Amino acid sequence: MSAATPLIESFRRPFALLAMVAALAVGAPALAEQRSPDGAFAPDANAVKEQELLQQAPRIEGRIDIPDTRESVLMQPAGRRWDYFHEITLHWVGAVVLLGMIALLTLAYLIIGRIRISAGRSGRKIVRFSFFERFSHWLTAVSFVLLGLTGLNITFGKVVLLPVIGEDAFSSVAQAAKYIHNFVAFAFVLGLVLIVVLWIRDNVPRKVDVDWFKQGGGFIKSKHAPAGRFNAGEKLVFWFVLGAGVAVIGSGLLLLFPFYMTNIAGMQLAQLVHAFVAVVFVAVIIAHIYIGTLGMEGAFEAMGTGEVDLNWAKEHHDQWFAEKEAGAQLAQPPVTATK
Amino acid sequence: MARMKFLCDADRCIDCNACVTACKNENEVPWGINRRRVVTINDGKPGERSVSMACMHCTDSPCAEVCPVRCIFQTDDGVVLHSKDLCIGCGYCFYACPFGAPQYPKIGNFGSRGKMDKCTYCAGGGGTEVSGSIDEYRKYGANRLAQGKLPMCAEMCSTKSLLAGDGEIIAQIYKERVLKRGYGSGAWGWMTAYYEGIST
Repeated sequence: MSAATPLIESFRRPFALLAMVAALAVGAPALAEQRSPDGAFAPDANAVKEQELLQQAPRIEGRIDIPDTRESVLMQPAGRRWDYFHEITLHWVGAVVLLGMIALLTLAYLIIGRIRISAGRSGRKIVRFSFFERFSHWLTAVSFVLLGLTGLNITFGKVVLLPVIGEDAFSSVAQAAKYIHNFVAFAFVLGLVLIVVLWIRDNVPRKVDVDWFKQGGGFIKSKHAPAGRFNAGEKLVFWFVLGAGVAVIGSGLLLLFPFYMTNIAGMQLAQLVHAFVAVVFVAVIIAHIYIGTLGMEGAFEAMGTGEVDLNWAKEHHDQWFAEKEAGAQLAQPPVTATK
Repeated sequence: MARMKFLCDADRCIDCNACVTACKNENEVPWGINRRRVVTINDGKPGERSVSMACMHCTDSPCAEVCPVRCIFQTDDGVVLHSKDLCIGCGYCFYACPFGAPQYPKIGNFGSRGKMDKCTYCAGGGGTEVSGSIDEYRKYGANRLAQGKLPMCAEMCSTKSLLAGDGEIIAQIYKERVLKRGYGSGAWGWMTAYYEGIST
């Protein structure tokens, strides 16, 4: 039997040839086959080798005799890379993004200060958010804060909290935090669905949003930034929350039901997407909380009682206020106009 | 001080699974948990090889690094142990482990995996239990190392494919084997686990 026999064989069968060409094209096992002195195939010398297998694929997989299919992966050196992303990259990115945002907001508070209602309070109120809208917002908000804190604990707890309370107490806290994270997640999903359904129509970008940006978004006292029900800044937050929300929910589901829909590489990717998106998410929400409380007079009551001052509405949402007033006057002029 | 390692000479492994059975019996491992397993690569093809794999007790153990409660650590002998009292069953060690070593008693939906279990190199546990005590045995399995014995899997290996012991000594044994027989498919996992292969 000559060494060229398989080659001739493959010429006879077009598909085999095609497969061979494809194999050569991707640079797959093109290594010369080793043979014994008598010309026979030498199985031991041709045994699969670890480094060659790892050059061909990121993981080495094979057949196993146990039911746990995850264990058919013999080796996945990518585990070390995931470890690096998780322990080095994520810790640095997380710390820089979160502390950076807090520093930025502190600076904003020191330079711009609290944005006042320049005309002062009128003493008259106008309904901005219904009870159901506020319920949806706070369902999302409370669950987000819980998810954020328990999530940060998984990444930063061992650096920040563990040295303070000791390993036994921290283990109990982390265990509780894990379950809170896993189950409160469903409240967040519901909250997100509600706020998207309620507010997506008013968050569609319009021409006025460009003007809002040109006028400095209300941060420049001499300029008036026009806006409808939601200003361009709020719209950005809305679309960010929707996008990031979908990303953390999708990756979170993969993590919640491990290995049902993906393999080890997918699990690692899901964790990375979940963690990195969540860190940015938390930073953006910190800014959202700042502007809704400390950063602007008269803003919190919109989500607190649901009613805002007329002058606040005129200054920050002039077009919405105009629509609202026109509609109200048509309906029942005396009540709204004079309260 | 010795640096304990495992080495599976795949050219000798015959996929008999005696190591798996020995481990399960010695450590009374619960159902569904496999601290050691045998994976056959290129099954049925020329050059097929079987490799017995468990925790490799890595240098800079990625499992220990990612553990959010810091319950995994490496002993002076190089053995990676963990405390089941501190473990919260988050599953991160399984994502980080290059060898699929960490095991969990339950499937794991909603984070309910239970406490992680893995090969202890037959060196007891990393908890507060007294070394060699019955409490330690129930939670982690045998502590053969304290008695001066090597892990049961390697001791039971019918072809002496699986070697356990000080890294330098087992590497030397493997080198001599490869020289003598003229081939070797390599020390599987060593580059990933210990940043060094065995040059032959």
